[in-house]
Amino acid sequence: MRADGAIPVWPEAISAHADSVDALAIGFFALIWTLALPIGFAIVWFGWRYRRLNEDVDRKQRHHGLTWLELSWMIVPFLLALVFFTWSALLFRDLHRPPADAREVYAIGLQWMWKFEHPGGQREINTLHVPAGEPVRVIMNSQDVIHSLYLPELRIKQDVVPGRTTSLWFRADDPGSYSLRCAEYCGVSHSRMVGELVVMAPAAFEAWLAGTEAGLPLARAGEALFRELGCSGCHGANAAVRAPGLADLYRRPVPLASGETVIADERYLTDSILMPESQVVAGYEPVMPSFQDVVTESELVALVAYIKSLSGREGERE
Amino acid sequence: MTDPSQERPSRSENFWTARETALSWFLTTDHKRVAVLYALTLIATFALGSVGAAIVRLELITPAGDLVSAEAYNRAFTLHGIVMVFFFLVPLIPATLGNFLLPLMLGAKDLAFPRLNLASWYVFVIGAGLAVAAIAMGGLETGWTFYTPLSSVYADGYVTLAILGVFVSGFASIFTGINFIVTTHTLRAPGMGWFQMPLFVWGMYATSLVMVLATPVLAVTLLLVIAERAFGIGVFDPAIGGDPLLFQHLFWFYSHPAVYIMILPALGVMSELVTAGSHNRIFGYRFVAFSSIAIAVLSFLVWGHHMFTSGQSMYGGIVFSFLSFLVAVPSAVKAYNWAATLYKGRITLNTPFLYALSFIGLFVFGGLTGLVLASIAVDVHVHDTYFVVAHFHYIMVGAAVTAFMGGLHFWWPKITGRLFNESLGRFSAVMLFLGFNLTFFPQFVLGYLGMPRRYHEYDPDLQIWNVLSSAGVPMLAVGYGLPLLYLGWSLKIGEKAGRNPWNAAGLEWTTTSPPPEHNFPEPPEWEGPAYPYPVGETEEPQVQEEAQPKPEREA
Repeated sequence: MRADGAIPVWPEAISAHADSVDALAIGFFALIWTLALPIGFAIVWFGWRYRRLNEDVDRKQRHHGLTWLELSWMIVPFLLALVFFTWSALLFRDLHRPPADAREVYAIGLQWMWKFEHPGGQREINTLHVPAGEPVRVIMNSQDVIHSLYLPELRIKQDVVPGRTTSLWFRADDPGSYSLRCAEYCGVSHSRMVGELVVMAPAAFEAWLAGTEAGLPLARAGEALFRELGCSGCHGANAAVRAPGLADLYRRPVPLASGETVIADERYLTDSILMPESQVVAGYEPVMPSFQDVVTESELVALVAYIKSLSGREGERE
Repeated sequence: MTDPSQERPSRSENFWTARETALSWFLTTDHKRVAVLYALTLIATFALGSVGAAIVRLELITPAGDLVSAEAYNRAFTLHGIVMVFFFLVPLIPATLGNFLLPLMLGAKDLAFPRLNLASWYVFVIGAGLAVAAIAMGGLETGWTFYTPLSSVYADGYVTLAILGVFVSGFASIFTGINFIVTTHTLRAPGMGWFQMPLFVWGMYATSLVMVLATPVLAVTLLLVIAERAFGIGVFDPAIGGDPLLFQHLFWFYSHPAVYIMILPALGVMSELVTAGSHNRIFGYRFVAFSSIAIAVLSFLVWGHHMFTSGQSMYGGIVFSFLSFLVAVPSAVKAYNWAATLYKGRITLNTPFLYALSFIGLFVFGGLTGLVLASIAVDVHVHDTYFVVAHFHYIMVGAAVTAFMGGLHFWWPKITGRLFNESLGRFSAVMLFLGFNLTFFPQFVLGYLGMPRRYHEYDPDLQIWNVLSSAGVPMLAVGYGLPLLYLGWSLKIGEKAGRNPWNAAGLEWTTTSPPPEHNFPEPPEWEGPAYPYPVGETEEPQVQEEAQPKPEREA
């Protein structure tokens, strides 16, 4: 029971998407009754009317099948199901299309805590502050096993998988404090990998950002690492070794030696740092070493943020 | 057709007593005795799995993790999952009722490969023994899904030993599947074409196809996890170039069909119970038969719906969602056809029929909540929450185990030659239905409220629903435990059953109860359609009053 004594039956919904998911779920209740009631009704009615001791009913001319009836109860449930499939698939597609202007936050899952880093260098553990009414995109990596970032009041979750970058986005409308959980079983303290999502009015959020001690902004930290690790020796403007340039790379299509083309998103950039030989850019030799055991997850996040900053995002361009 | 059951089986004609020594049980090739061996083994594994479940539900009465440590809790649900899935639910109906009935229903003397059948039990016991050894030595905490890299790199405990046990027991499934397929193809009674077979046989046949085709994938996957733990080969571990999602694809390519290994035999049992209980031919025989095959085929195409939030491609998710919706069609065919079978029937509300009705309720509700999960946008919210736990318990436990209980009561007179106490039977069936719903319905609410599965501690707001769920457990215990007692008593005090106490159609009811060692005194033939109801001149159970040698349990 809640503190006020009420029995919880439905979770709070704090985004338009959450409302849509609830509408779909309620639609499903209607569908379930539509499909199940005829069965329940038929069983109770037939069970009573055709009970063994009832000799007043006609049991002659029993049917052993009627094709039109069979087809009707295959086709009608299927068409109804198809409506729900389409409805649901469209909602899911929106979930995978973040607005281009979404504010970005980086998340790292590890046994057993959530680390968040804002682009300005503010770091938090197990708490995520976001502005209300603005799209926020969380870009996630795992340091060890599979975790899953679950925000029930937003009706979304996304697994955080070691070795690949995943993301989710949302636009939370109602300021307040909500739950943030790990939904993928990740070991002994799985159920303690919980925290809170703090949704703040935009002005209050800006004040929070300004008032929170920030480390080096992510992109700047990444730039320093970029030099330190020797990346600039090849990828820099006056580099001796010929390597693909990184300016304006983020979100651009990249032709590969294999003939394919990939979009240079966070996943591609991460993969290229950790597994450079898996997706070689067309026209270049596969000479880059792997940085698999060289960089930590947070350093990786910083490097990716730096490469993204080279792509003309306002105020972050050098 | 009249009941020709005036003669009674003599001791030597009864499979329980045909051979006297304990050794004769361990060297038996009689499919009926192998079924009994399996049944006794599965009672033990069910008891072990229930201990895990009891620890979980006791712990969750309070939101704080206060009864056992987090590690002990995780080991308890892992024990529960591994034992119940691999060592109870997968073999439950095929290895017991399937083993016992398939040759009888087809009019055969035995399965096609009797020694392979015995071998499957030994392999199963060895596999279960390895898993139990792993648990006895301290257990493991990976969950039954063994997700990598948790299982391959990070987990403590006897992961390798438990996985080896599951790997070995997989061969028991494959042996049983091959045996059933060959038996169905080659040992049908003269006159019995494919569309004169009982629908239970269709269900077992479809199940066997899944067992033979899917189990090797699990075996290979588990070997790779063992190799990864032992040698660090880097198939699944991203730190050395592997891919954790590859494991999920391979694992669910078996484990989704595995759910159908549990439910397809249950659907087959149900067609027998519904036709016998309503004393009517099944409505739409061919549709019901083909729906089993359709479910078996579709079972291989939907594994990706376990991975909607895993990071697989958006379009991949949408395609898997669509394919999952398709399963609704053959499932609907079954449920509507059973309801239609009652029309103009002669219905007896006896114990097996009560289990059948309870099954239909649980199966329809479990199946429709499956549609909610197949619906990709809702699944993103409820995936890995108690909503999923509730759904798969409705199907895998509610539906499958209820069907088994119904089938066990239905064929009990055939297996033992004795009738059980009907009042206690009905009481248990009702307790099971009520207890099951009280235990698992609140979990749908918990899931939508956002309680993830495998949580040792949870939000105190959610306590009321957890308390309700735990309150269902004692009722469930009565529902599952009471039949053990009165069925056991029936062996001593039960009335003699005669050949066909339910006046049911099917070759298994034409031989004596219990059947002789080779099933039929003379090879039977089959004429006409499946389920030639009505059977029997009167509708009353025909009870043999004369003394009859009672079956003796050995070994």
